Amino acid sequence: MSISRRKFLGWIGAAGMTSAVGRKAHAASNKQFTGYAEANAVLHDISLCIGCRKCEDACNKVNDLPPPKASFSDLSVLEASRRTDAYTYTVVNQKQTSGNAKPVFFKNQCNHCLEPACASACFVQAFRKTDTGAVTYDETVCVGCRYCMVACPFEIPAYEYDKALTPRVTKCTMCYPRLIDGKLPGCVEACPAEALSFGKRDDLLALARERIRKFPERYVNHVYGEHEMGGTSWLYLSNVPFDRIGMRMDLGTRPAGELTAGALGAVPIVVGLWPILLGGIYAVSKRKDKIAAEEQAEAVAAALEEANAAADARLTSELEKAEKQKQLAIEKEVQKALEEQAAAAAEKAAGADGTADVDKPEAGDDDSRSSTE
Amino acid sequence: MSDHTAETGKSVFTLFNLVAGIIVVMGLILTFLRFTGGLSTVTNLSDYNPWGIWIGFDLLTGVALAAGGYVTSAAVYIFGMKKYHSAVRPAVLTGFLGYALVVLALNYDVGRPWRLPYPFIMQQGTTSLLFEVAACVALYLSVLFLEYSPAALEWLGLKRARNLAIKLTMALTFFGVILSTLHQSSLGALYLIAPSKLHPLWYSTYLPVYFFVSSIIAGISMVLFESTLSHRYFKDKMSRTYLDEHNPVTLGFGKAASYVLAGYFIIKIIGISVDNNWHLLGTGYGVWFLVELLGFVALPCFLYAVGVREKNLLLIRCTAVWTVLGVVLNRLNVSLIAFNYHLPSTERYVPHWMEVGITLFIVTLGVLAFRFIVTRMPIFYEHPDYEDAH
Ligand code: SF4
Ligand code: SF4
Ligand code: SF4
Repeated sequence: MSISRRKFLGWIGAAGMTSAVGRKAHAASNKQFTGYAEANAVLHDISLCIGCRKCEDACNKVNDLPPPKASFSDLSVLEASRRTDAYTYTVVNQKQTSGNAKPVFFKNQCNHCLEPACASACFVQAFRKTDTGAVTYDETVCVGCRYCMVACPFEIPAYEYDKALTPRVTKCTMCYPRLIDGKLPGCVEACPAEALSFGKRDDLLALARERIRKFPERYVNHVYGEHEMGGTSWLYLSNVPFDRIGMRMDLGTRPAGELTAGALGAVPIVVGLWPILLGGIYAVSKRKDKIAAEEQAEAVAAALEEANAAADARLTSELEKAEKQKQLAIEKEVQKALEEQAAAAAEKAAGADGTADVDKPEAGDDDSRSSTE
Repeated sequence: MSDHTAETGKSVFTLFNLVAGIIVVMGLILTFLRFTGGLSTVTNLSDYNPWGIWIGFDLLTGVALAAGGYVTSAAVYIFGMKKYHSAVRPAVLTGFLGYALVVLALNYDVGRPWRLPYPFIMQQGTTSLLFEVAACVALYLSVLFLEYSPAALEWLGLKRARNLAIKLTMALTFFGVILSTLHQSSLGALYLIAPSKLHPLWYSTYLPVYFFVSSIIAGISMVLFESTLSHRYFKDKMSRTYLDEHNPVTLGFGKAASYVLAGYFIIKIIGISVDNNWHLLGTGYGVWFLVELLGFVALPCFLYAVGVREKNLLLIRCTAVWTVLGVVLNRLNVSLIAFNYHLPSTERYVPHWMEVGITLFIVTLGVLAFRFIVTRMPIFYEHPDYEDAH
């Protein structure tokens, strides 16, 4: 968490511009990476596979994996469909495609994509597409988030869920250590039926095309892996439609990185644009506040003035009224007094003087008014 | 009257303490099992299902529901809706705790949690959306911590530090909104890489937009929901301002939620049209999709609008709960229910009870921390020394 903001912005700026395999990514352009020129590949001819499980056996040995529950010579294992797991980097499955025909056998392992989804998804770059063609995994940096497993369209990487402190992601390595030593992958070497061929990807593609051309009635006219998910280094030829044996034909030809390039590309836009937009909104609301405050102040002042004026007017009129009332009362009293006087004078003519107390008239409710305003 | 509320409040908390205590003890035991036996002892995760509820619920839903922090502070400080000011602190606190718990949950989920800083210090996998999520969540957690810090500093009586933290408010709000936009959307974008695994009705190139917009909905609804709960249990802690502003805040947020839900509904429809997935609505998944879209998007949109028009606060609050459930449902759909839809049912994931147990444990820790803080620090009221200081 101790990263500077600047560094962070640098990273997100760089996001989407460098790819996991250490070369320029073409995700945002219309160029496509078609693999390292000298990269190796394996061609699996499903029509030739006899389901002997010798490749599984070899893979287990060369990778020092724990011995399986049932021995590799036990072919009844093929009855249930299996997938790769933490201690099995490759599996052979069988499928009865039609009633009485003999079943089809097919091998499954990491396809060593040209632009691997796992590598694009890993946030520590634990996966790399090497120039040998193999996609390798570095367990010394892996955090164990398992996003690579979510990402892989072929459902290959497995995880050591049973390890408490040192779980790894595992998958076929294309026998990377053996390739470095100039040896063949274990499974290819062990295959007795030549269902697996190792070579340069371009050569194998040519070989596959050649087989289809020679035996059009035997093969489905499709080399699986030539374009799937941007192309893979494990190629397949088959005598039955691929989707009938569970190989997905709906993956498309775009490499995985392209699927997320748009979202990553939006990052610099958000970082660049948001402060401006939000700043604008802030400025507007600030200004609105200011204007509102000014208007309010003005309105308050005006209202006060008006109220004062009204109060003044009312006060004067009240006073006038009071004055008038007072006048009237005095007049009345005087009148009364005069009348009384006159009456008394008339009645008695004696010199008895009547003085009348003149009350002050009530002076309106000034107090309550001033307190309400 | 107030005595009475305090009384009931107390008895609720005693029962609550008991339940919380049991959950915490269970959580500690499960934690021990997780870190001694590995993920396979406590989870039903498999090679086909590498992500379970700790990602689908704790991470995806947790982050969405913690959006109240950025939504509220943006509304008040950037959009200038000052009258909602009293809602900021509770929302920021909920956000901060929410993110802290998300990070805690990740420590259970990843294989080697002590390597969580590796993406930053070892090799930067910048092509990964998870990298973006990790970077933004880490930074945003720090931002939320700073945004929340004035309350703690006021409580501790550290005036100078508190005033310094307050000065940062605007900068933090801006930064928080940018980071939230980025990681809320990239949580959805995580699934862009797996079009072959996520059902087409949920998979869309608009996933990041959906996640971002629905996080606003979740944020608003959570502020409403959480304020209703707090109202009930922490009323004695609330200031007059908070209580006076509570109803206008409820109405205002309800209105906003209704608008955003309407927008969300429209972009969802656009998504189906762009991918031309109408025909899928007739399938089982289609019906389930319609339940989510009509029942948990269109319906609350309508109910919020009615609630605001009739000033029916109860309806708005109930709708908030419903909407929160809708967002939970959406995140679970994307991460678990519609994910791996192509696999046979025997290979599908159903959480182990111990996974649920740990999630419950983590949520309980959050509630306890929330209670600890609001009963001590100036969250629902302003510290007497700083009133009118904003
Ligand atoms: S098949 Fe899967 S694991 Fe193998 S390279 Fe491709 S994405 Fe990676
Ligand atoms: S589990 Fe390991 S290899 Fe896979 S994405 Fe996460 S850090 Fe990378
Ligand atoms: S290439 Fe090597 S690791 Fe891969 S399946 Fe063959 S033997 Fe196993």
